[in-house]
Amino acid sequence: MAVGNDAALRAEAQLVAGLPPAPAVWCSGLRRRYGQRPAVDDVSLEVGRGEVVGLLGPNGAGKTTVIKMLLGLVHPDAGEAMLLGQPAADPAARARVGYLPELFRYQPWLSAAEVLALHVRLAGVGVSAQERRDCLSLVGLAERAGDRVGGFSKGMQQRLGLAVALVAGPELVVLDEPTSALDPLGRADVRDIVLTLKSRGVAVLLNSHLIGEVERVCDRVVILDRGRVAASGTLAELLGQRELRLLLTDLSPAAEARLAAAGRVERAGDWFTVALPADDDGTAVPGMIADLVALGARVHAVEPARISLEERLLGILRAGAASRSGGER
Amino acid sequence: MTTARTVVTIAALTLREASRRRVLLALAVLTVVLLVLSGWGFSRLAAESGDSTLTSGEARLTASILLNLVMFGFSLIAALGTAFLAGPTLSGETESGIALAVLARPIRRSAFLLGKWLGLVVFGSGFVVLAGLAQCLVVWATVGYWPPEPATALALLAAQTIVLLTLALLLSTAISPMASGVVAVGLFGTTWVAGVVGGLGASLGNDAVARVGTVSRMLLPTDGLWRGAMHAFQDPSALVEFGGADAEAFPFLSAAPLTAAYLAWAAVWVAMIWGLAAASFLRKDL
Repeated sequence: MAVGNDAALRAEAQLVAGLPPAPAVWCSGLRRRYGQRPAVDDVSLEVGRGEVVGLLGPNGAGKTTVIKMLLGLVHPDAGEAMLLGQPAADPAARARVGYLPELFRYQPWLSAAEVLALHVRLAGVGVSAQERRDCLSLVGLAERAGDRVGGFSKGMQQRLGLAVALVAGPELVVLDEPTSALDPLGRADVRDIVLTLKSRGVAVLLNSHLIGEVERVCDRVVILDRGRVAASGTLAELLGQRELRLLLTDLSPAAEARLAAAGRVERAGDWFTVALPADDDGTAVPGMIADLVALGARVHAVEPARISLEERLLGILRAGAASRSGGER
Repeated sequence: MTTARTVVTIAALTLREASRRRVLLALAVLTVVLLVLSGWGFSRLAAESGDSTLTSGEARLTASILLNLVMFGFSLIAALGTAFLAGPTLSGETESGIALAVLARPIRRSAFLLGKWLGLVVFGSGFVVLAGLAQCLVVWATVGYWPPEPATALALLAAQTIVLLTLALLLSTAISPMASGVVAVGLFGTTWVAGVVGGLGASLGNDAVARVGTVSRMLLPTDGLWRGAMHAFQDPSALVEFGGADAEAFPFLSAAPLTAAYLAWAAVWVAMIWGLAAASFLRKDL
């Protein structure tokens, strides 16, 4: 009987081991009100293992509140959240999570090395002194390991915060505005660190105002607006739309019709902007140019124009504002 | 991570904060000043009584009163120290953001709070016990007076400190660091004054006024514990010397020892206030 149970248990264990690991972050229907104002309203998102997801949105969109709810620092009014396959309400779920808060402050009476030692102890993991030193040098604080945090500049404290987030061998790193106090060099360092984490299979949830930063490192983006998910998807999905700018003269009506057949056309003087279909196999542009020339148009310039994440973000936020004001009227 | 390890880590961190922030140094300096001053005062007292202008009973009474007076100074320092330490250490950390990174670790908030409390308890009671013991030795060396129950007295002083710092901890989960220190020390002073008023009422036979002291001693057990400590510090003959029941009206003598029921109440009170602090801290959004 016992042997049979053992075998069954082993079979089950094998079955579970064969399953893909639970996502690094999963949440569904998170809600939180502050007084009358809903700060977060029905937010669901997911960060896969080893995936870098950017959280974008204007001030007050609820990005930091979402992050704090995931980490058990703010209690949601409704909704569920899981970290690395465990319910977020259980502190044990955070054993392999590193966090750099937006408001980064560390015990000013401790040295940088002591802050790291404290966090390693609290995380309950074994990290050697050498690894802790390596972590400090990764963020450029190796020289200041023995200095009191009280004497650190804001930028250095943020670097220390990054080291704290990375020190305990995390499988998920949550960075809330990690470059707000850093100079351009520091920003480049953070970008490199995030890319290194990604290559090591560590999931990253990155909240940042710097769209360029997000665009460079993130696999996926979630855009929050007024506490709701306004859009989400991979960069290719969000920016999928490609455009072509052309400077044309001597355009006959036939050529104009050919242009319109390629996609939506906007005209400013002799400049034409054509939105290309996302499923273009690479033949649309040469074909169209050849046809235009054949129809007698003079082609002065052809420029590819890719919609930047910034334009897309502004477009989404403005569309949201317009639909709200339309609804209110 | 086990809860016990979290508690010990946070308690050690709190003690380290107290020493690094020079709280320890400040308290040590104050203590030495108070010890030296009282040593000088007691040696003058011994010189006066050497002229046999004071009978031995009077000398014991004076020594008892002075010892209680100086101990009150120490308990006040401990009260101020722990109340102003308990406030910033909790609400200060949540306000400044230090707590964000710490509480995002796999630890329970209740374990964090227990660690803070334990660190403060060790710090506060360690201070009153050491300073109080040093004071007893100063008195013994200068006038040869040794309190009847020094261990009980010091334990009760420590208990008084624990009561006050638990209250300060509860306040600091709800209000700003500065306000929590001010309110805790204010309540401590109010209870002491209410205790003196109650003592006056008792010696005048006015029950209504006497009840002020009794009620305040139930609401905040600092003054009750302090009176128990005084009783254990003072010479038993001092009360008779002072005039029996009239001693109740005097703020630096205590007429009766503490009852076991009152001690139990003080323990329940601390547990209750700690529970409230934990409930408030667990619900807090950071």
